Amino acid sequence: MSSHSHSNRRRFLKGGGALASFLMGAVRSVRGQAPAPEAPKDNLAYGQPSQFDNTIRRTTGRATAITDTALMTPLQDLDGIITPSGLHFLMDHVKDVPEIDPQQHRLLIHGMVDRPLIYTMDELKRFPSVSRIYFLECNANSRPLRGPNADSVQLVHGRTSCSEWTGVLLSVLLKECGVQKGASWIVAEGSDANKYTMSIPLGKAMDDILVAYAQNGEPVRPQQGYPVRLVVPGWEAIRSVKWLSRIKVVDQPYMAWHESGNNADTRPDGKGLWFRFELGPKSVITRPSGGQKLPGHGSYEITGLAWTGGGAVRKVEVSIDGGRTYKEAQLQQPVHRYAHTRFRFPWKWSGEEAVLQSRCTDERGEVQPTIAEAAKNLGVSPDYFYQADHFNGVQPWKVNRDGSVQNALFL
Amino acid sequence: MRCSSSLFLTVVIVLSACAAALAQGRTYQLGSTPSEEEIKARDIAISPDGKELPPGSGTAKEGATLFAQKCAACHGPNGDGGLTRGIVPLGNAKPVKIAFSLVPYATTVWDFINRAMPQSKPGSLSANEVYAATAYVLYRNEIIKETDVLDAKSLPKVRMPNRDNFIPAQPGWKPGEKRPFGYYP
Repeated sequence: MSSHSHSNRRRFLKGGGALASFLMGAVRSVRGQAPAPEAPKDNLAYGQPSQFDNTIRRTTGRATAITDTALMTPLQDLDGIITPSGLHFLMDHVKDVPEIDPQQHRLLIHGMVDRPLIYTMDELKRFPSVSRIYFLECNANSRPLRGPNADSVQLVHGRTSCSEWTGVLLSVLLKECGVQKGASWIVAEGSDANKYTMSIPLGKAMDDILVAYAQNGEPVRPQQGYPVRLVVPGWEAIRSVKWLSRIKVVDQPYMAWHESGNNADTRPDGKGLWFRFELGPKSVITRPSGGQKLPGHGSYEITGLAWTGGGAVRKVEVSIDGGRTYKEAQLQQPVHRYAHTRFRFPWKWSGEEAVLQSRCTDERGEVQPTIAEAAKNLGVSPDYFYQADHFNGVQPWKVNRDGSVQNALFL
Repeated sequence: MRCSSSLFLTVVIVLSACAAALAQGRTYQLGSTPSEEEIKARDIAISPDGKELPPGSGTAKEGATLFAQKCAACHGPNGDGGLTRGIVPLGNAKPVKIAFSLVPYATTVWDFINRAMPQSKPGSLSANEVYAATAYVLYRNEIIKETDVLDAKSLPKVRMPNRDNFIPAQPGWKPGEKRPFGYYP
């Protein structure tokens, strides 16, 4: 804990003792002391995927006015529920990923508290920690796309990823400072160049928000907020402030730039909706999915992911006839709350046209709607969702006779 | 005898530890107390009522000069866009462009310019410069006059065009309850 001049990975190698010495052929020095094991060369220091594997993040190639980076997770190539850290989606409102020395980094908590406190990273890690599997999802994920980008589950739905996050509950840190009466919100700030800012209700902050310093067992990657970030389970990921350096306890939302204008849900009547926060139940079939080709008729496993801001996924149903009939899919156990849930469904393809889609129901009974049901529910036309955030509609994929798969949302 | 005295001692130690904890209210005794200057230097967030706004002032006229020096390189000489988009429409564009123009308070504009602009050196503008830049952006959006002076008192009073054009998305909703816009067939 004392030194962070090396990454945790290097510390592990140093502390690996006999095993590391054996593996790396370290020799004893003349003075009889074991020297620090050398870092092995190239890929041996940190393992890399096979040269034959091309599982990578991709982008639509279309810049947006408010996002400098938009990289989507290759959902179609992944299995299980954990997204490898290097494949986590990236939607940033900052110019560059900051390079932060954890030795210099401080987290300040102040505002409507009895005792403002400032923490080093070492001090943060001395608090009781928890590890929890949570998904993150951009509020702009799953916007119905048209054109070539629409035929890829990665580009349409890849702004969501799921990790095991380790950190300290924000409630522990806030209680340590003594939250005062009358406080109702927090303002969280990053230490990127723009000092990205978000307001979050105090109730959520005192419930399950994590101040996370590790992701999938290793330090949070710089692109994901190294050395420490917020993880706000179940809520639009714009709230999960990266490179967290300051929390101010306040009595109102501060209407920061990225929460007031850029991330308001706009309605057809010209009005805007603020603070949608919680993401609805969603599921998507990742295999077979748009752009893929089935080699021939016979046995396949339909598989995909489901998740909800409402807690746990209760059930996922799969239809092979465009939604006329549904059958329940098998959920990979255990099902974690606020986490991606893997579903699987055996299927024999006859070689005829089929439309595959899935539907998620969460623990509170909210059901993933079709785009028509969602439009009826909100009193809008389906076109509305083309530019709307927080869209959680059913995604149909059409399997053609030649085995090709395409997005059937607008067919 | 020995037992009871050590029990007594333990009780005393536990009680005094509790008293210390109550007095301090801290369980883990980690972290340090920041100085007031330290907090002040980092406490840059501006609330809609503007109570945190620093002294200083600026007009759109001063802002135009500043814009040419420090903003035009990215936003274009006339604010029509260059390396990045031009001056952001804040609600008076016709037809109303709702995306990006739903900024409800002038403090939001001040806060963002202060923390994030210019992109080559965010946070480098003086308070006067941020007031002037904000005034220029609001003037170009036909929200204030060219000669209006913005300062800690006048800025929060500026009424943004879309101030009332939003719906509190989930009135009365509390985390953990059913989403009001959810689909429950």
